Amino acid sequence: MKDKSLKKVLVIGSGPIVIGQAAEFDYAGTQACRALREEGIEIVLVNSNPATIMTDEGIADKVYIEPLTLDCLSEIIIKERPQGLIATLGGQTGLNLACELYDSGILNEYKVRLLGTNIESIKKAEDRELFKNLMNEINEPIPDSAIVSSYEEAYQFYEKIGFPIIIRPAFTLGGSGGGIARNGKEYEEIVHSGLMQSPINQVLVEKSIAGFKEIEYEVIRDANDTCIIICNMENIDPIGIHTGDSFVVAPSQTLTNNEYQMLRSSAIKIARALKIEGGCNVQFALDTTSNQYYVIEVNPRVSRSSALASKATGYPIAKISTKIAVGYNLYEIKNPITNKTAAFEPALDYIVTKIPKWPFDKFSSGDRILGTKMKATGEIMAIGRTFNSSFKKAVASLEERYTGLLHRGFEQLSNDDLLCELSIQDDRRIFRLAQALYNNNEINTLCTITKIDKWFIAKIKEIVDMEKTLSCEELTRELYIKAKQFGFLDSEIMLLTGATEETLAAFEVEASFRIVDTCAAEFEATTPYFYSTYNEFDEVEEYKKSLEEEYKNSRGTILVLGSGPIRIGQGIEFDYCSVHAARQLISQGWEAVMVNSNPETLSTDFDIATRLYFEPMNIEYIMNIVKKENPKGVLVQFGGQTAINLAEKLDKEGIKILGTSIKSINATEDRKIFEKLLKELRIPQPKGCAVTSATAALSAVKELNYPVLVRPSYVIGGRGMQVVYNDEELLTYITEALKFSNEHPVLIDQYIEGMEVELDAISDGRDILIPGICEHIERAGVHSGDSMSIYPSQNISKKNERILVNYATRIAQKLNIKGLMNIQFIIKDDKVYVIEVNPRASRTVPIMSKVTGIPMTKIAVDAILGKSIRRAGFGVGLYRKTNLVSVKMPVFSWQKLNRIDPALAPEMKSTGEVLGVDTTYKRALYKAFLAGGHKFSKSKQRVLVSLNDHCKKPALPMLRRLFRQGFFIMATWGTHKFLEKNGIPSKMIEKFMIDKLQKRMKDGRLSFIINTPTTGKNSQNAGFKIRTIAQMYCIPSFTSIDTANAFLCAYRVFDKNTELTYDTITNYRKKSFLDIFK
Amino acid sequence: MATLLLQDGSIIKGNSFGAIGAYEGEIVFNTSIVGYQEILTDPSYAGQIIVMTYPEIGNYGINNTDFESDKPALLGFVVKNVSQVESHYQSRDTLTQYLKSKNIVALDNIDTRSLVKKIREYGTMAAYITSSDLDVFQINEKLEKLNNFYTKKDIILDVSPKQKYEFNNDGKINMAFIDYGAKKGILNSLAKRGCKLTVFPATVSAQEILEGNFDALFLSNGPGDPANYTFQIAQIKELMGNLPIFGICLGYQLLALAAGASTYKLKYGHRGANHPVFNLENQKVIMTSQNHGYAVDINSITAIMRPTYINLNDRTLEGFEISGQRVYAVQFHPEANPGPKDAEIIFDEWINIARRDIIRINEVKNER
Repeated sequence: MKDKSLKKVLVIGSGPIVIGQAAEFDYAGTQACRALREEGIEIVLVNSNPATIMTDEGIADKVYIEPLTLDCLSEIIIKERPQGLIATLGGQTGLNLACELYDSGILNEYKVRLLGTNIESIKKAEDRELFKNLMNEINEPIPDSAIVSSYEEAYQFYEKIGFPIIIRPAFTLGGSGGGIARNGKEYEEIVHSGLMQSPINQVLVEKSIAGFKEIEYEVIRDANDTCIIICNMENIDPIGIHTGDSFVVAPSQTLTNNEYQMLRSSAIKIARALKIEGGCNVQFALDTTSNQYYVIEVNPRVSRSSALASKATGYPIAKISTKIAVGYNLYEIKNPITNKTAAFEPALDYIVTKIPKWPFDKFSSGDRILGTKMKATGEIMAIGRTFNSSFKKAVASLEERYTGLLHRGFEQLSNDDLLCELSIQDDRRIFRLAQALYNNNEINTLCTITKIDKWFIAKIKEIVDMEKTLSCEELTRELYIKAKQFGFLDSEIMLLTGATEETLAAFEVEASFRIVDTCAAEFEATTPYFYSTYNEFDEVEEYKKSLEEEYKNSRGTILVLGSGPIRIGQGIEFDYCSVHAARQLISQGWEAVMVNSNPETLSTDFDIATRLYFEPMNIEYIMNIVKKENPKGVLVQFGGQTAINLAEKLDKEGIKILGTSIKSINATEDRKIFEKLLKELRIPQPKGCAVTSATAALSAVKELNYPVLVRPSYVIGGRGMQVVYNDEELLTYITEALKFSNEHPVLIDQYIEGMEVELDAISDGRDILIPGICEHIERAGVHSGDSMSIYPSQNISKKNERILVNYATRIAQKLNIKGLMNIQFIIKDDKVYVIEVNPRASRTVPIMSKVTGIPMTKIAVDAILGKSIRRAGFGVGLYRKTNLVSVKMPVFSWQKLNRIDPALAPEMKSTGEVLGVDTTYKRALYKAFLAGGHKFSKSKQRVLVSLNDHCKKPALPMLRRLFRQGFFIMATWGTHKFLEKNGIPSKMIEKFMIDKLQKRMKDGRLSFIINTPTTGKNSQNAGFKIRTIAQMYCIPSFTSIDTANAFLCAYRVFDKNTELTYDTITNYRKKSFLDIFK
Repeated sequence: MATLLLQDGSIIKGNSFGAIGAYEGEIVFNTSIVGYQEILTDPSYAGQIIVMTYPEIGNYGINNTDFESDKPALLGFVVKNVSQVESHYQSRDTLTQYLKSKNIVALDNIDTRSLVKKIREYGTMAAYITSSDLDVFQINEKLEKLNNFYTKKDIILDVSPKQKYEFNNDGKINMAFIDYGAKKGILNSLAKRGCKLTVFPATVSAQEILEGNFDALFLSNGPGDPANYTFQIAQIKELMGNLPIFGICLGYQLLALAAGASTYKLKYGHRGANHPVFNLENQKVIMTSQNHGYAVDINSITAIMRPTYINLNDRTLEGFEISGQRVYAVQFHPEANPGPKDAEIIFDEWINIARRDIIRINEVKNER
């Protein structure tokens, strides 16, 4: 039964989105909060990530957007006095913090109970040694391993076992710092970086069982010891590739009942031994030629896999875990889908495929090899009635240029080369495999090379064969149906067969939708959760009929497009917007239909929208839904670039785009029209032009003068954007860019190195409401997603503020913007330039909503539906400044990605963000750095400074400050000379003595690095090397002098022994200036 | 095109992938995700046509170890998609070849989800499965016939052994085992725990069991309507109280009938590997493997019967004991195969009861 003594509970979020910890914890945390609310429990929520839904004031009672540090959490506990703490829903971050809080004695002192799985269990699962002992105790097999805290110990293990060896650092998320070593050099490198990254300086070295099947079980256990499995999952990729980077299917496809049950029993035994109370995930390795298995890992918490399992089965794992945490037993909880008990194991009558989404399209120089360290930023999931359709749909969900398995460039390789490359374990492996099948290689040969199970390979062959059949046989209705059942798109079929749209339409074959019901139709269920299939009975009509009564007063249906997988440049903020849009539609009497392909998000929870379609974000799939739903229109402005990219296609199909028109969207994206528009409005903009050849580019820069900003048109997150300083760089860029996409020209702009300013606005076409103006810390040239930004702006004159509002208003009116809009400006020499207009929700909408208290998405939806902004109650024009100051800071995932230059550039690289909030700029800035994971230390250490030529002069004030603040400056030759000339002492260091530097970093004798990059993407240069080595040892490197300056400013706050206070976002907004002096 | 006709008038077309032929039987569905080999060879499916709700079937082929009996007792097998390849190191046959060799008619490319919904709504019903295409005339004729379909009353005799035999001679506990169509899993579970089993046909008399001087009696699972088996019920009545008796599935139902309770036919039965069963003693829920079309009416149980397990889905009775008479029985399958092993512990509990009973008897003997 519910623990009645619980009145107030603290929920810890997972902080910024980084690789290995993405939107799934916002989903889990939000579900937990909703479950607590159902129980009438007051919720205190702490998370530093402002883009999350969980940090909405409507989700928790008290929302603290504060750094996830021991100090901060302790203060909040002392202030709020919660009776309980839930830590198993905030990912590894939440879990580690709970352990720290426990160890510090705070929990005990203030009588805060850890709800759900207890601390001993968490430690037993997380600490390699304790876990190993426990497994030995209960006779569960684990691979030979040793826990080491030095390379010497690791070497001893190698002498006993031999290579290959897997290295896993303790207490890190997404396996960061780990890897497989096949030789001594790799071994030493990985062990060192692992030791460095583990907060307890401990790594596990383990006999490699690469090639085994990798199987996962999602377990739920209650305090009364009822223990069930929600779902098992099989990785198509064998052991050796991190499960977050693997193609995964649910349920397992190649296990016999005996194997399935053997592992199930083991998972349950482990959950019992650990006394898990809530969700937990157990990973196994299973031999392919015997029933030998090993337990690989246990996560004593809700995880990425449990989010996937929840979406794959319909079983709300986070919600049920929360109910268990507050005292319920499983049999007392209802399965919301079937209204029967939650103490059951879902039965699936479909197959789910998950494919990771990697950032290699943005990081073309990045190391694409996949191993034990996760590299994907997000994932997509697809549901199909057969493996083939599920898999094919999943590939189409990736939103890549190609929707199929073939034509990925591997057809140009000779078969021998292809087979050779097939052993490379990278993100493109499945496509090489498909090509190898197309080339008629034997399944068994491919099996031997890839270690992928024969069944999967044979199934992929069926898809490849279908493609062959389509290209050589006549397209009959029967063949068409079969191809559709396999998941082929009409566009693919037309391309392969030469058939026209009319031919296909004449077949009169329509998609049918089925329900995800947790029970394989055994019981009646009315879940509004659908996926498409072909040649089967459709359940949407039936479903709608059953709820006719409920929707008799409905104003109609509106489609909301989600934003697909989390990737750099398109993160959780768009899920925030989609969810709010759907909720607002519902509250206004509409039926909101959500379409999305991302299993990690809240938008794909079946009780967010009126109906959910889990489908690829592809025009054909969306049109199938349109045919079923007959919506009054579609909202595209909340789903990021993914949704915007679909707008034109939907418009062509005659679907009404609600809000800002297609014409206006195009006007902002088509450079020529946009340029003309601003000219008409007499709004200044950087000069620029579009070119489609190198010669044109060279003549263009004659007029624009270097430096210039170059980028391809139509972009997500500034992909491929760069500042270039001379002809050579320009030519390299142009040649590359035209190779990448010759459909769209390359844009060349004058590069204005001024202050970058950005604002979000809501417009009804007549009036606009601007919640606030943000000022970037880094000068223009750094992507807005990667810059630190301050709200409210600190350095903009009243006059310029008026100009910004005036420009925004005129643009909104001219374009008849209905809904959200984001504008970016540069202010230089007191002149305001407009650089970009995005007629859609932007990255900053959740932040601005929270810091100003204006529910932007809601007002935007109302405006789209025709309500005047004046009636929203916040006035028009620029909203009054609130009394808080917030600093947004980007967070990067460098530790996960090798060979990526961490230098800030016009191209976005960050994966997430944190927000520092306080009453003054300096404190907010300090909090932002703390939240971003930066360490401050009283004993001043060495700082390495290496600046490029055009940075030196502007950097002088910052360098003086650095010296004054007591840092010991080490500088490379040029910088040293420069410092010397300006009277700042420094020690010269040879740039090329990388080894020596590396040793310093390894020994922790370098605090941070200030290194402005020389231009070009030359990965051979010394600066790049220094920066990447720094990454490896987790030493911050600032590549913009403005960031470094801000860091020194924050350091100053630290040096002054400033006692930080923490408060809810609501209170910060209310605080008057007088409070500060109390 | 192969054809499936249902008593509710549905005409369903699919591909034939099993034997050539046609059968009339009762159509039921199973929601297990894995374990088709065990399901195919479970004798309790005698006379039935099984629909698998899980769409991909045959993935790991057929092996030598996972048989629950020597040959399938079911008539037809209906799936969404049968795998053209099988992949498993133990596999010795494809599902397709196996079904052909065992003369089972099998259909794939069927909209199984819709079919399951029909069964759920209409209830378990008669069906006609054929590997061939039928014309309108034939269809009408067959549909007509389906209305008069009934499962034959003595169907256990089809799957019960003809003669008694012994199993695991090394066992220490001398147990009589009446095989109404037992799954091998039950025999193995008992043997593994030290039982020497004397396996009797369903026609065995109480007298013969009593003469055998056994330590305990086990009543197996099996097909059919339990209320039809009046001879067997009468024998059980006579045996109750004389030695510890354990029953699973049909064995459980027969024990309930012998104890004075009644049984009824469930609308569409329990067949799957995820049935939540609530242990009334410790409030724990276990996941059980089930395969039954009939249930003991929870309202009919007599004073001596103490309920032990309840199904959380539909609150039907799943287990009872008559401690005075040392009778212990469950509706579900603790031997699993296929399904979770959560209930396996019940065998241990029962064996302990049998052991204690042996000790008690020996003590009584010694006192004399």
